[in-house]
Amino acid sequence: MTDQELKEIMKPENIVYKKSGLLRDNIMHYCPGCSHGVTHKLIAEVIEELGIKEQTIGISPVGCSVFAYNYIDVDWQEAAHGRAPALATAVKRLLPDKYVFTYQGDGDLASIGAAEILHACNRGENIVCIFVNNAIYGMTGGQMAPTTLVGMKTATTPYGRNVDRNGYPMKITELIAQLPGTCYVTRQSVETPAAVRKTKQAIKKAFLNQKEKKGTSFIEVVSTCNSGWKIDPIKANKWMQDHLFKFYPLGDLKDSVKDDPESYKQYIE
Amino acid sequence: MAEIKGAVVVDVERCKGCGLCIVACPKKVLDHSGDVNSRGYDYVKMVNPDACIGCTSCATVCPDSVITVYRAKI
Ligand SMILES: Cc1ncc(C[n+]2csc(CCOP(=O)(O)OP(=O)(O)O)c2C)c(N)n1
Ligand code: SF4
Ligand code: SF4
Ligand code: SF4
Ligand SMILES: [Mg+2]
Repeated sequence: MTDQELKEIMKPENIVYKKSGLLRDNIMHYCPGCSHGVTHKLIAEVIEELGIKEQTIGISPVGCSVFAYNYIDVDWQEAAHGRAPALATAVKRLLPDKYVFTYQGDGDLASIGAAEILHACNRGENIVCIFVNNAIYGMTGGQMAPTTLVGMKTATTPYGRNVDRNGYPMKITELIAQLPGTCYVTRQSVETPAAVRKTKQAIKKAFLNQKEKKGTSFIEVVSTCNSGWKIDPIKANKWMQDHLFKFYPLGDLKDSVKDDPESYKQYIE
Repeated sequence: MAEIKGAVVVDVERCKGCGLCIVACPKKVLDHSGDVNSRGYDYVKMVNPDACIGCTSCATVCPDSVITVYRAKI
């Protein structure tokens, strides 16, 4: 291709993909190839496309994504470890016209914060919950999480997770789908262009559910932590496809509205 | 006959050299440059620009929003 041809192509009107305007210019602290970056980008793109930047408040977690508020240019509150759904409850109830979303890892959500997420979903808080499940505590150096697969080696299970000693891996998304307050529960991933597009559609749908006051929308993103897993980013994606997807199958677990409160009155009448 | 042609621009300083875009490209357009940016990462570049169709696959999977994609009929 000649320089002239390249110049012809690289005109502003020919741009078909560029960094979301809602992502700041700073460089994210994540390890190369980390799924958090892709997931951040999708949230930014959705908020930008829906034109709700000024109405959106994110609740960031403790974990590698603790600095999410540095990257996506909306208002944020930082929660104590695991407490994002409780804080989101307060923010949404005080400011019901805002779009409120939580962003949490699997240690944050399924371990220390298990009570908060289950009860927020059970109450049917009108929020969006994004759950990045990389089956490990990334931030603290790769310890076992509730989501770690049996046999998976981590800093705290050097011989592999053992059920007798460490318990079973937890499918918390399946638990959440049982709760009457949820309207949309789905499990997605971000390792291929097709998967990224599907996850973006899921996030958009979740924000629109909030607009329609349908209940809690919960999106699990099965993810990699190549540093914690101690493999390179390309192998990490393959390992996720070969192993995590078998235990955490992708797809919608629920797509409706929260239960009708009227249907609960019969028991006392 | 008009042909669909693509091109990408890599924001060298943002690239962490993770390689996810390289394997996502259906046309083998991208590879590591063999050079490093100021943060020490071996950033990617177009090694086969003629083959680019502007499909956006590389940019879509990039965790660091490094890649801008152009597509045109020429
Ligand atoms: C109250 C409290 N307990 C423990 C910690 C230590 N800690 C920080 S992050 C983390 C787990 C993070 O794992 P996860 O939520 O899966 O996020 P990831 O880094 O994998 O994205 C823990 C246990 C803490 N910061 N505060
Ligand atoms: S430690 Fe894991 S989760 Fe944290 S930034 Fe690195 S790859 Fe991502
Ligand atoms: S996916 Fe992004 S960060 Fe990774 S090598 Fe490609 S351009 Fe660089
Ligand atoms: S736009 Fe498509 S063809 Fe061009 S480099 Fe990216 S993935 Fe390859
Ligand atoms: Mg984790």
